[in-house]
Amino acid sequence: MKPVNEAKLTFLSRSANEGFARTAAACFAAQLDPTLDEVNDIKTAVSEAVTNCIVHAYPDKLGTVTMRLRLFEDNTLEIVVKDSGVGIPDVEKARKPLFTTGGDDRSGMGFTIMESFMDALKVRSLSGKGTTVTMRRRISRRLQA
Amino acid sequence: MPVSCLETGQTLTAKVTGEVDHHAAKELMAELGRKIDAALPTRLELDLSGVSFMDSSGIAVVLRTWKRMRQLEGDLTLRGVPAQASKVLKAAGVDKLIPFAE
Repeated sequence: MKPVNEAKLTFLSRSANEGFARTAAACFAAQLDPTLDEVNDIKTAVSEAVTNCIVHAYPDKLGTVTMRLRLFEDNTLEIVVKDSGVGIPDVEKARKPLFTTGGDDRSGMGFTIMESFMDALKVRSLSGKGTTVTMRRRISRRLQA
Repeated sequence: MPVSCLETGQTLTAKVTGEVDHHAAKELMAELGRKIDAALPTRLELDLSGVSFMDSSGIAVVLRTWKRMRQLEGDLTLRGVPAQASKVLKAAGVDKLIPFAE
């Protein structure tokens, strides 16, 4: 399936960009006329994915985070968040609820929220190379007034 | 991150406003910790009605606040939790530990 629209953003792994990334994703999603609940779910999932890059991918330095947004004909929004950081040694373990390496500043719920707020979540990671998180959410079509 | 407080007897009401994400969480945790340590309340009402966005960083803030209140043998209630924050907190089962009130 070919995308009908696409946008790509690259930004530094500064925590101030968490708000920027989720707001940008919400603005891009607006062309699908999502409900407020759908927009909030997308913003929350993006916030989790980008926060993971900032907290875990680049623990001691600044790096770049790329977010690619694509829209498909069937009203599906695909969000890919990619970093070139340290990678996740055990993705299966990292995806488990409450698992975190971030101490009690972090809840360990990031992947669980991405998984439950979106329709699909794929995580690919290579140690020392980085992590790519792909999320999809189909936006409901509303009757035109 | 603004936290406005009101002390009524042994009850401390702390109102949090704005976006509770990882960017804001550290300062918010420190600020709440300071307010609790200054008031040493037996009851803390955390008013979240002014929270415009929350992600899983907010879960850690709420759970840490709850642990601190338990150390003080006090109670924590969450007030005015907006729908978006409520969905995030409930995903972690926070509503099973801490009462939500209007």
